[in-house]
Amino acid sequence: MLAARMLASAFVQEGKSVASFPMYGFERRGAPVVAFTRIDDKPIREKTQIYNPDCIIVIDPGLLTLPTLFTGLKPESVFILNSPKKLPEKPNENLKIGGVVDATGIAVQEIGRDIPNTCLLGAFAAATSWLKLESILKILPDYLSGDILQRNLKSAERGYKEVEVTKW
Amino acid sequence: MVSAQKGQVKVITGNATGAYGAMLCRPDVIAAYPITPQSEIAEQLAQFKADGVIDSEFVEVEGENSAMNVVLAASVAGGRTFTATSSYGLVFMYDALQETSGFRAPVVMVNANRETPGIHAVSSGQQDMVSARDAGWVQIITENDQEILDQIIMAYMLAEDNDILLPVMVNYDGFYLSYLAEAVEIPPIEDVDKFLAPLKKQAPRQKLVPGVSQGCGTHGMEMGYVEARYKHTQAMERAKNKVDEIDKKFGDYFGRYYGGQIEEYRTDDADIIIIASGSATGTARTVIDAKREQGIKVGLIKLRLFRPFPVERLINALKGKKAIGVIDRSVCFGWKYGPICMELKVLTQELGSVPILSYIDGLANLDITIPHIGRVVDEVNEAAKGRPYQDVTWIPMEE
Repeated sequence: MLAARMLASAFVQEGKSVASFPMYGFERRGAPVVAFTRIDDKPIREKTQIYNPDCIIVIDPGLLTLPTLFTGLKPESVFILNSPKKLPEKPNENLKIGGVVDATGIAVQEIGRDIPNTCLLGAFAAATSWLKLESILKILPDYLSGDILQRNLKSAERGYKEVEVTKW
Repeated sequence: MVSAQKGQVKVITGNATGAYGAMLCRPDVIAAYPITPQSEIAEQLAQFKADGVIDSEFVEVEGENSAMNVVLAASVAGGRTFTATSSYGLVFMYDALQETSGFRAPVVMVNANRETPGIHAVSSGQQDMVSARDAGWVQIITENDQEILDQIIMAYMLAEDNDILLPVMVNYDGFYLSYLAEAVEIPPIEDVDKFLAPLKKQAPRQKLVPGVSQGCGTHGMEMGYVEARYKHTQAMERAKNKVDEIDKKFGDYFGRYYGGQIEEYRTDDADIIIIASGSATGTARTVIDAKREQGIKVGLIKLRLFRPFPVERLINALKGKKAIGVIDRSVCFGWKYGPICMELKVLTQELGSVPILSYIDGLANLDITIPHIGRVVDEVNEAAKGRPYQDVTWIPMEE
């Protein structure tokens, strides 16, 4: 959720219009959550969920078994995965770019807890080239401060550097 | 008045925007109790208080009923007040809601629309707002984060106008808008002060003062009651044009116009009209543009004011149209049509025998999608050609 919002903020740094929202029922930590982020050069009017994404970021590799994970994926899209393992062979025929990074491992090392969000944002920037790492680093102080901020900046930088990108 | 300065742009949620909107209006007293999907407003306002951003009295209450009673009392004592709620919270303050409007207390409240008790649903829907339709409040529906903030400022301008003196409920779709992060321009607080300054130039409103024995509120027996009700309904009538005037003044100063009671989109030369409200209207605009490219002359009316119902503006915008489709995000127990559609049906005499098609969609967090609205346009277009139509359609039940 917060990662989706941070991503939106980073794109605003680059002059884009953004709209991002999560969808869940009861508020509880650890529950499965889906979050949508739209990015455009024009103002964004649609307030619907996203059915045909250009990119999917999976934070919990346990969700890879979801049968509907890739449903509606656009051709030539991007897949970012948090996993200590290598990407399985092309997981969906509509994928063009895959990026895998052990964001949990990096987060545990850098932040001291399994909060892989900022690491995955770094990985996203590297794999897609849709935005600069600097834009992410620049907006993190809007969300975090002090020691936790420094640790997350490091985590995002490592995600950017350490993501393994595959092009199909 | 010259134009306002450009404000700072922040990427924040609808809820946070609501808190910023309230903060900019410098309420004297805030009382709110957290509830999904509104909690972030209560949290953010408490944070503003803790950080010294606001000097409002922040009353931590044990529930929504107390929240409304606190702001009612503070309002009757002459203060500017704010609260926020949703669903069960709105229901829990139902008696206080009516007290507040009966006292003609200009309270401003945000309601993050959510389904109501009965079927335990933590999900979006306008049923809560609809359930409070006859509580005597002005009810306004907003479409996006910026409009939430701007509408809260306009709500104070309306509520505290001595010609109006009514409580105002600013509604936005829970989940779809409450959690939606968008870029929002936060106007400088000095400019909001300037915009609201005319309120201070009015004669001070009657208020309760400690030590002074006087009655307050509307303790009316027989004709006293009748007179109070009459004046209340008359104030509701006056509120309609006032909403338009305030929208114009707000737009002239801050550069953003919302249309007042309703906003019309591509309606001038339209044969058929879709009526929608809240977050679905942005999506509807995209569909209208696409259908126009296919040669269908369709326009959109975004209903902003639900109470009082914008009768005159709607008649004006709908006269001569060949068919109308209304999308409701709630139901009407006892009528088969959706609530907004049912209201529109009252205008049959003015609008003639035009087909009015009722659509129920977007209940319980279900999405009002582009294909759904596309289907509505196509069916209304067929009805305009004189073909038979279904007068009520529950879109999710037919998928």
